[in-house]
Amino acid sequence: MTDQPKNTTPSSLSDVAAKRAETKSAGTQPLGTGLEARGVHAWFDKHHALEDVSLDFSAGTVTALIGPSGCGKSTFIRTLNRMHEFIPHTSMAGQVLLDGKDIYEPGIDVTKIRLQIGMVFQKPNPFPSMTIGENVLSGLKLAQLKVDKHEELLEDCLTRAGLWTEVKDRLGAHAGGLSGGQQQRLCIARALAVKPKVLLMDEPCSALDPGSTLRIEDTISQLSKTMTVVIVTHNMQQAARVSDYTAFFLSDGGPGQMIEVGPTNEIFSRPRDQRTENYVTGRFG
Amino acid sequence: MSTSTVTKMRPWAATPRDRVMTATPVALAALATFIIVAATPMKGKLAYFWLFFLTWFLIDSLFIARKSGSKGVRDGLAAKLTLLGGLIVCMAVFSILWATISNGLKGLNLEFLTANMRNASLFDPIGNGGILHAIIGTLMLIAIAIIFSVPMGILTALYLTEIKGRAAGVIQFLVQAMSGVPSVVAGLFIYAAIILNTPLRSSAFLGGLALTILMVPTVTRTAQEVLNLVPSDLREAGLAMGATQWKTVALVVVPAARSGLITATILGVARIAGETAPLLFTVGVFDSYNFNPFKGDQGTIPTVVWRGLLGGTPESIQRAWSAILVLLVVVLIMFVLARTLGTKGSKK
Amino acid sequence: MSIDAPVKVTPEARKITTKPRVSDQIFRGIVTAFSFSALLILSMIAIFLLIQGFTTFKEQGIGFITNFEWTVVIDENGVETANFGLQAMLLGTLVISIIALFFAVPLSVLTALFLTFYAPERIKRILVTIIDLMAAFPSILYGLWGFFVLMLMAEYWAKLIHKWLGWIYIFDVPDPIYTRSPFIAGLVLAIMIIPIVTSVSREVFSQTPLDRIQAAYALGATKWGMIRAVVLPFGAGGVVGGSMLGLGRAFGETVAVFSVLNIVFRSNFQILFTQGGNVASMIIQKWGEAAPSEVGALMAAGLVLFILTLMVNFLANYIVTKTVKSGR
Repeated sequence: MTDQPKNTTPSSLSDVAAKRAETKSAGTQPLGTGLEARGVHAWFDKHHALEDVSLDFSAGTVTALIGPSGCGKSTFIRTLNRMHEFIPHTSMAGQVLLDGKDIYEPGIDVTKIRLQIGMVFQKPNPFPSMTIGENVLSGLKLAQLKVDKHEELLEDCLTRAGLWTEVKDRLGAHAGGLSGGQQQRLCIARALAVKPKVLLMDEPCSALDPGSTLRIEDTISQLSKTMTVVIVTHNMQQAARVSDYTAFFLSDGGPGQMIEVGPTNEIFSRPRDQRTENYVTGRFG
Repeated sequence: MSTSTVTKMRPWAATPRDRVMTATPVALAALATFIIVAATPMKGKLAYFWLFFLTWFLIDSLFIARKSGSKGVRDGLAAKLTLLGGLIVCMAVFSILWATISNGLKGLNLEFLTANMRNASLFDPIGNGGILHAIIGTLMLIAIAIIFSVPMGILTALYLTEIKGRAAGVIQFLVQAMSGVPSVVAGLFIYAAIILNTPLRSSAFLGGLALTILMVPTVTRTAQEVLNLVPSDLREAGLAMGATQWKTVALVVVPAARSGLITATILGVARIAGETAPLLFTVGVFDSYNFNPFKGDQGTIPTVVWRGLLGGTPESIQRAWSAILVLLVVVLIMFVLARTLGTKGSKK
Repeated sequence: MSIDAPVKVTPEARKITTKPRVSDQIFRGIVTAFSFSALLILSMIAIFLLIQGFTTFKEQGIGFITNFEWTVVIDENGVETANFGLQAMLLGTLVISIIALFFAVPLSVLTALFLTFYAPERIKRILVTIIDLMAAFPSILYGLWGFFVLMLMAEYWAKLIHKWLGWIYIFDVPDPIYTRSPFIAGLVLAIMIIPIVTSVSREVFSQTPLDRIQAAYALGATKWGMIRAVVLPFGAGGVVGGSMLGLGRAFGETVAVFSVLNIVFRSNFQILFTQGGNVASMIIQKWGEAAPSEVGALMAAGLVLFILTLMVNFLANYIVTKTVKSGR
């Protein structure tokens, strides 16, 4: 192993990651103490899908979860906002702490948790029966939160999602008329409107064209100034471009495990685990 | 691999404390209802029910509001309203079943099931006469309806699932249209077409024809669903062996769907067994046995019920209830048969 | 020497034909012929009713549908003057059907929501069986039950409604007789059409796209919030279609309505009062003692009912197919 050059990845990956580490400005006041997963397991019925994952997502950072298909990344991210429990006959173990408090605490109102930990899905899913403006504000309506200045909030969220200029004249149009990339940015704006502390993104760009993908990556970089972002991605270049930290997941036929986590540029240039190196150099997956 | 054992948890599942929090408002509401009913001159089971529901909603909302605010209260209200919807539907059905059984049993005896009304009138006290003639008449009607509607229904379903010709869309539409024909129109039609134009007069045969019109759409629709469930591999296997299409259908597809086709027939019979309106135009009424399906009025269970109801005296009404009980038992048996056959077929 | 790339020519697709065996041709012929029997029957219904009702249509013209009188008068010379106008009964049909929908649709939607989103598996199976059972009850059973059981309670409710809302015209009554009213007929019809509206609503609710449901929950919605934001907008078309199917059924109900409604040939919008009718039960009522010319008129009425029900069912099936089966 020592003979081979450590850096067999296309030089662009680790370069990109290194560049990002430099250019990332010091975050403005981070919200809370971030999200922490401690010893998280997940089961689908009897099938042990995720084993003992502990990750600390510091406030104001972007963490990418990478790894081959089926190794539990999506399952893990869904335990972070309690969406895993929607599937019948599932169970979990461990804790997920938001600002130090376990979100799985009995007696807790789970809808309040989901307001603080938002999610953007792989396939854009705006509400087709609502207009663009109504979509963005739908989270507020569902939570029955009163907001005085609708227009300001709309503009703010749509701008941060990178969609404002394209739709500012047609906020009353139906969401179904937008392109895939625009719909996904709308979903991001919708998630932002309830002012979450954490934003979870489950392969948000995998169904989109490259142009939309880059725009969303821009958005993600901007978002990390005010919140914590966790993004599951299959695209290693994307992970290198947008994330501060990267966690590598793998399953060897059994439950998925988190193999290694570290600053992104280190994971891509000097991974500590052989399996991580094999993955990021493209030997499998 | 982890060496320590980890306990699976479901932190979102209802804890014992949650169950207590759900049950307490119910108990409190029951208590409140009891107190209010005792203290006021309120009467009637239905009134108790509404009162209980109202107090339960109010008390439960207080509990919920503490934890989840007005959002939770609305969610709780919605959940209770949907439950209420289901409960009202159940109460209606149970009321119907209870009324039929409790009223009908009183007039049910051996005589009722084995005699006819030739020597008795609807207004005689119970114990005189019975409805055997009507049972036989209804069975005759059902048999005739089956003879006509099952071939028509199954063949039409075969066209839609096996041949799928260019007219399939039209025929599908026509079958749907036919299922909307009001029963009184079916009776009028047979009267207009046959009784007014041919020497044939009221008979079980004509009644069976009228019922056929109502039965075919049900048979077709169910048969279609069942035939579509037959996996296409079976058809392909047959055709690959060089069999003609009709042999494949007759010897492979239909036998595979056999239990489902029987279900289709049973459902069709359940649909028409209780039809009254068409019979008034085509079968007439009769108080004795008539074993000739082509000539002469027939007694049928629905018309016995009808006449009993219109008769207005306690005796005739009693007969109506007992007759409808008999009919309901028949319908229930067919219903259970259809379901067990249906599930057995799908498990094969 | 340059090598020209061969010009790419796409061959025309070959027509695949097969000459079916004679036995198959016969088979297909028979099956097709029987399938068209549906068309045959429907056309014959229309034709024969038209033939019988033709004189009536000719003499009454459009008045058959718009006039309010239904009388046969024979003067001293034996000359018959007949006036057949269905308007009162058409309005009556509409009145009780609307009352039926008023009660049936909310109950059915609530029950469908309960079954799809709230009920635990075992309760769901039991309730579904109960509803299927409901659909199998003969209509005369509903008539009996409606008259002997429901009417007592409904009379009480009618009195209550009159007490609190009697200042509104439709809840007022010329005489305090509350039995056998359009209100009660509507209630009975409502119970009868609940199975069909519930089952269509259930089908469409269960097809709500999962990703939208998850989006709503991920935004912190409660179950009801999710239903309002996603399920109801998605399922609205299906509910409308199901309701129209129920409406079509209500139009044609005969004996159940006859049992609980006092058929009087006058249009009555005071639904708590004992007066009303629908076309189907009117036909039954008048059939027994119909004068010869009246028979033709009743046939004509049957044709009108037939066409009306056909139209409603056609529209309903169209809506249901577009919204439910296509799975927007």
